[in-house]
Amino acid sequence: MKPFRYQAPSSVDAAVEAVEPMGVPGQGGAFLAGGTTLIDLMKLSVATPPSVTDIKNLSLDGIEEADGEVRVGARVTMAEAASHPIFLDRAPVLSDALWKAASPQLRNVATLGGNILQRTRCPYFRDNVSPCNKRDPGSGCAAIGGINRLLAVLGTSESCIATYAGDFANALILFDTTVETHRAAEGPRQIELEDLHVLPEDHPERETVLADDELITGYRFRLPDWARRSVYVKARDRESYAFALASAAVALDLDGETIREARIGLGGVATVPWRAREAEDFLKGKTVSEETGLQAGRIAFESAQGYEHNAFKIPLGRQVVAKAIFDAARKDVSGSAGQSEGAN
Amino acid sequence: MADDRMTFEATPTMDIETQDKVESAERAAENGNVGAALSRVDGPLKVTGQARYAADFAVPNPLYAHLVISTVGKGRITAIKDEAARKVKGVRAIYSHANKLDSGSAKFFAAGGQAQQSWEPFAEPDVRFYGETVGLVVAETILAAREAAAALSFDYETSDPAAVFGADGVERQDMPDKTITKGDFTSAFEAAPVKIASDYETAPNVHNAMELFATTAHWVGDKLTVYVPSQWVKGFQIGLAEELGIDEANIEIVCPFVGGGFGGKGSLFTWVSLIAAASRELGRPVKLYVTREQGFTTASFRAETRQRVRLGAGEDGRFQALEHAGEELTSRADNYFVNGQEATVRMYQADAIRTELATIHADRQTPGFMRAPAETPYFFGLESAVDEIARELSMDPVELRIKNDTMVDPVDGVPYTSRSLKECFRQGGEAFGWSNYTPEIGSMNEDEWLIGWGVATSTYPTQMSPCTVRIHLDVTGEARLQVASHDLGTGAYTVLTQAVAEELGIEPSQVRVELGDSRLPPGTIAGGSITTASNVSAIMIACERIRNRLGIEKGSDTDLAAAFDRFGQAGIEEYAEWTPPGAKKDAPKTLYNGKVKIVGGPEEDYTAFAFGAIFSEVRINKYTREIRVPRMTGAFAAGRIMNAKTAKSQYLGGMVWGIGHALHEVAEVDPRTGAYMNDNISEYLVPVNADVPNMDAIIVPEVDDKVNPAGVKGIGEIGIVGVAASIANAVHHATGKRLRRIPIRLDDLVDV
Ligand SMILES: Cc1cc2nc3c(=O)[nH]c(=O)nc-3n(C[C@H](O)[C@H](O)[C@H](O)COP(=O)(O)OP(=O)(O)OC[C@H]3O[C@@H](n4cnc5c(N)ncnc54)[C@H](O)[C@@H]3O)c2cc1C
Ligand code: SF4
Repeated sequence: MKPFRYQAPSSVDAAVEAVEPMGVPGQGGAFLAGGTTLIDLMKLSVATPPSVTDIKNLSLDGIEEADGEVRVGARVTMAEAASHPIFLDRAPVLSDALWKAASPQLRNVATLGGNILQRTRCPYFRDNVSPCNKRDPGSGCAAIGGINRLLAVLGTSESCIATYAGDFANALILFDTTVETHRAAEGPRQIELEDLHVLPEDHPERETVLADDELITGYRFRLPDWARRSVYVKARDRESYAFALASAAVALDLDGETIREARIGLGGVATVPWRAREAEDFLKGKTVSEETGLQAGRIAFESAQGYEHNAFKIPLGRQVVAKAIFDAARKDVSGSAGQSEGAN
Repeated sequence: MADDRMTFEATPTMDIETQDKVESAERAAENGNVGAALSRVDGPLKVTGQARYAADFAVPNPLYAHLVISTVGKGRITAIKDEAARKVKGVRAIYSHANKLDSGSAKFFAAGGQAQQSWEPFAEPDVRFYGETVGLVVAETILAAREAAAALSFDYETSDPAAVFGADGVERQDMPDKTITKGDFTSAFEAAPVKIASDYETAPNVHNAMELFATTAHWVGDKLTVYVPSQWVKGFQIGLAEELGIDEANIEIVCPFVGGGFGGKGSLFTWVSLIAAASRELGRPVKLYVTREQGFTTASFRAETRQRVRLGAGEDGRFQALEHAGEELTSRADNYFVNGQEATVRMYQADAIRTELATIHADRQTPGFMRAPAETPYFFGLESAVDEIARELSMDPVELRIKNDTMVDPVDGVPYTSRSLKECFRQGGEAFGWSNYTPEIGSMNEDEWLIGWGVATSTYPTQMSPCTVRIHLDVTGEARLQVASHDLGTGAYTVLTQAVAEELGIEPSQVRVELGDSRLPPGTIAGGSITTASNVSAIMIACERIRNRLGIEKGSDTDLAAAFDRFGQAGIEEYAEWTPPGAKKDAPKTLYNGKVKIVGGPEEDYTAFAFGAIFSEVRINKYTREIRVPRMTGAFAAGRIMNAKTAKSQYLGGMVWGIGHALHEVAEVDPRTGAYMNDNISEYLVPVNADVPNMDAIIVPEVDDKVNPAGVKGIGEIGIVGVAASIANAVHHATGKRLRRIPIRLDDLVDV
């Protein structure tokens, strides 16, 4: 690890003043939340920020609902959010996506701000040696033609096929969430979560629209009543503590067996948090059945492209979408779910 | 299975444990050959953090070292750029081939020496594999050492490595002298009315013990103490003396506790002499922690194999011809192989038998031992093939195995010292509920779950080595056992305590056991599952002598005080040597030179193996194709069981690893560079708690009075053997897909 300056300012204004943008993505100072992504990458020398601005003293806490709008602070931990009644009862997909992620130890320190901004697990990005356009722009992409079983099939480019590895964002994206941010000179702004991450295209080093000194302060979203009928299905190599090979966040508005509206988010398969809008449109007015579920899956993966080891994610992803639609349709939403469904 | 998650995620493992305890206590009660389920005597030390592992020993004013490893898979270092690294505050030394340390090489362990590989790291500018140690940074703090190591850069002249099977440039070495033949395989196979011929593949695996590798070297004058996790302190002492060119009497290796070895700490690591030499040169103790990533390449691993099995049977199911051929990957320089066909062809009767072995030399590190090194990969091949032919024969896979059971070694025609395979299948099958098995593919599916059951035979050769021990007993009944053997977390402290207590008629609480120090009388290498049998056999001799000198009888209620009074001393000490049958008389003496003569398994006039049966249930989600193992039963017969509790945890630990071997573990090699692309425990997967909801290991009673005086067979490794095949067979039963390459992952099933 390279030496760095550490600071822990006590206001949002002071934090965004202190963070030292360098104008080059990944080169400037960094905000430190739970540190489970950042410290990890610093130990690998993949991230070498000259300074680290710890946001632990900022009061970006709390999950509240006012006027039908839920507001979540960026420093709320994954564990706290996963067991919060609003997440558990009103939109189980949000709670599900969190408790199926990482491990209890990680969830206890990792924050929702950091979670959304977690970096890819692409091994060539992390090895700090291989050609990697994301880490070292213009150097090439070792993952194409390499070991790429875990990498993306949607939203890829010739420059980068790195998966957005997180779970939570794929669920949060269902509710047209707004990200609240703060910059030094410009002050607060609001960004649609769906616009936060950018496709790799020719510049995979750019992952979000955030400026270097831009701090996420929280999220705002509205939960329709039918968000109770929502699930997160995550296919992975082992039963717990593994990243998604393919996952689907699904919420359904049902009229009997007929789908009034569907929302579908995909994880483990795309370069950014992914909303499968065409599949959502297709489901409108359809009756829930195995065939509709699979057809929605096919539509969701229409533009997918497989590489040496990850082509299996395309049929897998279709089936995961079908299962999530099924599970959501079968979900018992009569009472409140109440309890957390066990340890992960 | 309406709520699958509840079953998989939230099964209270603690309850299963408690239930198991009760069951095994009951079994122990009805069976005189199973020792008391004594809890680990070192348990309190471990759970209160007082057990000191190698890295925990404090030394005065240490320097800290960090390894620098290569980032190319084959080549030559042409320049070292160390300017930035030298500027890091606190850096004391940077070593590489350019200023090589004063340490030499020792003989490769598989060639009769102690070293992990035959060559010395960075003696030359050549790089032989990706992740090879090419430099060493020593600094005042661990942070400075790491920072400087990160700032070091090397220029390489590279060429394409041949790092995997099939790569251009690997070299095949056939080993015809390893071939076993009986009868005429080719014509017997041709004549067999029912037959299968299949190829199987197993993946490279990395030990990833919880305790990271570490080494501390501390010189006082010309005396060197080294704290290093080791499964063979005596061998490390001898090997290190050879490398450093000093008298072995001046070296002490210390590691009273090992946080998991699995074979990965069995041969002398290349960095130990580097650390000792750096410490000698810098005049201060030096401490090294090897990172998790570095542990993937700087230590040994379990190499990938490719196998071919041809099996022919009569219509009645009796095997007529069995051939098992294997190819194993190894490094360019060292010819390491495991040759599990030695064991696989001794499982069942067969008229004609043939084996074949070849190594494939590639640009990778030298492989080494890993839990049941030979049996784990090769029983995947054999036991999958047996399942395949059971299908061809339309026979129940348990019945077929029992039909081909034999009390005579099919290769050598000599008897087994004992063999209770049938009983293992009977008891295991009963506990698992095998009578409810329906053979048709998919016939046991429920809702959205494809369910399959599979079985396999498990085995491990019963091996022993010479062992020496020293035991002291005093008038108050306090005893001390000293032996340079090891407890890898397996329970050796506990079972040796029990053995001494039983032999001397005292309470376990009166026994103190000292292990893991090369100054103690040489014991056993913690490998080959030999620790208990060999140490207990030596303990029995020492204790008998103590009893004889004191004039007391075993098992009788004696008045120790009176006996010591008659003896005329307050204490008594005995040193004893045990030589297993089949070893030369001077074997204990050569033990002092670090040479271990391991006997057992197939011997001239007997064959000694422990046996077991594994039953697995798999559930595969129809949509996600995720493969889970909700239930597994193992039944093992391994002679006298010293301690029902520690034995059971060995069995269960092996079975858990078997799940990983079948479904999770693979070191992903990028063929372009030879690099392991998942060199961390986030991406190199092993089973977690949620992957092992319901498991039981049954101790099948067995008395073996021929195998060794203790009547003990090794149990440390057998638990993993056969598990992968039982799971693959269950996957076939559930889906109809025969998967012959492990790990089996959902990728293999997506198109089912
Ligand atoms: C072994 C392992 C397994 C994991 N498994 C999963 C999994 O299965 N599913 C999953 O979804 N995740 C998984 N994760 C990722 C984990 O969820 C993230 O690391 C975590 O959520 C990041 O949160 P943090 O608070 O620790 O972020 P940090 O590491 O502190 O920060 C992450 C990034 O965000 C920036 N940042 C943090 N907070 C803010 C803010 N408020 N405003 C602007 N920038 C900010 C930091 O500068 C940094 O670049 C796993 C991680 C590990 C190590
Ligand atoms: S996929 Fe992206 S992150 Fe991975 S090596 Fe290629 S450019 Fe780098």
